[in-house]
Amino acid sequence: MENAELIELSLAYGFPICLLIFTFFIGRYLERAHFKSIRERETLTNHLPAVPSVSVDPDVTVAESKLVTASVVVSLDYFKKFLASFRNIFGGNVQSYQSLLDRAKREAILRLKEQVPDCDIIINLRIMTSNISSVQTRNKGIGGVEVLAFGTAVRYQSAP
Amino acid sequence: MILTNTETVPGYQIVAQFGLVSGNTVRAKHVGRDIAASFKNLVGGELKGYTELLEEARQQSVDRMKQQAESLGANAIVNVRFSTSAVTQGAAELYVYGTAVQLG
Repeated sequence: MENAELIELSLAYGFPICLLIFTFFIGRYLERAHFKSIRERETLTNHLPAVPSVSVDPDVTVAESKLVTASVVVSLDYFKKFLASFRNIFGGNVQSYQSLLDRAKREAILRLKEQVPDCDIIINLRIMTSNISSVQTRNKGIGGVEVLAFGTAVRYQSAP
Repeated sequence: MILTNTETVPGYQIVAQFGLVSGNTVRAKHVGRDIAASFKNLVGGELKGYTELLEEARQQSVDRMKQQAESLGANAIVNVRFSTSAVTQGAAELYVYGTAVQLG
């Protein structure tokens, strides 16, 4: 009888706890790897600025301008989602979502830049965040956040 | 067809204006992608299946907008804006709009 109860208990609580520990380590590893790759690629694309201002330098002639878009859909891991749900009780900074959105935005801007390596500047950069999970499912469904970055890539006429 | 999200196209003059053009797509994800994404959802990070899905859908919206602009005789669209909204469970609307113009 006791054995059966033990099995029942471990099935009820053991699995979620194992999942929490497992996703904590995997999620942390993946996040660090992602931040490392973001930092490396940011230094590689430093020569191509992406700015929110609208106009280009009046002294240069523009050879080409085109719209570029890039998007990323990200989600929190099981462990961080669990932690974030406790934040609702006391309020305050939700660190886990801050770092998630930070890396999603930086990734989206990097993808934008990587599409147009031959351009000189990206102007009128806009960043949009939208929740693509449905409201009804709350914690159950797949809670994804989409970050969309778009702007106008401009290539200058090379000096004669 | 030149697309920009600025009010003018740098280096060109706008000679005629045709008004608003837009394109929209409502896409639902399919079960296969959902299962893969739900596993990825446990460990967090990017959900590549969804990124691809939204990119495809957005491209389709842009193509529809371009078609509309072409039928009006425009050769560029300025001030392009995007919007994404989750309209119902499991489906997202991708809307894109801009001003169709003729460049001189």
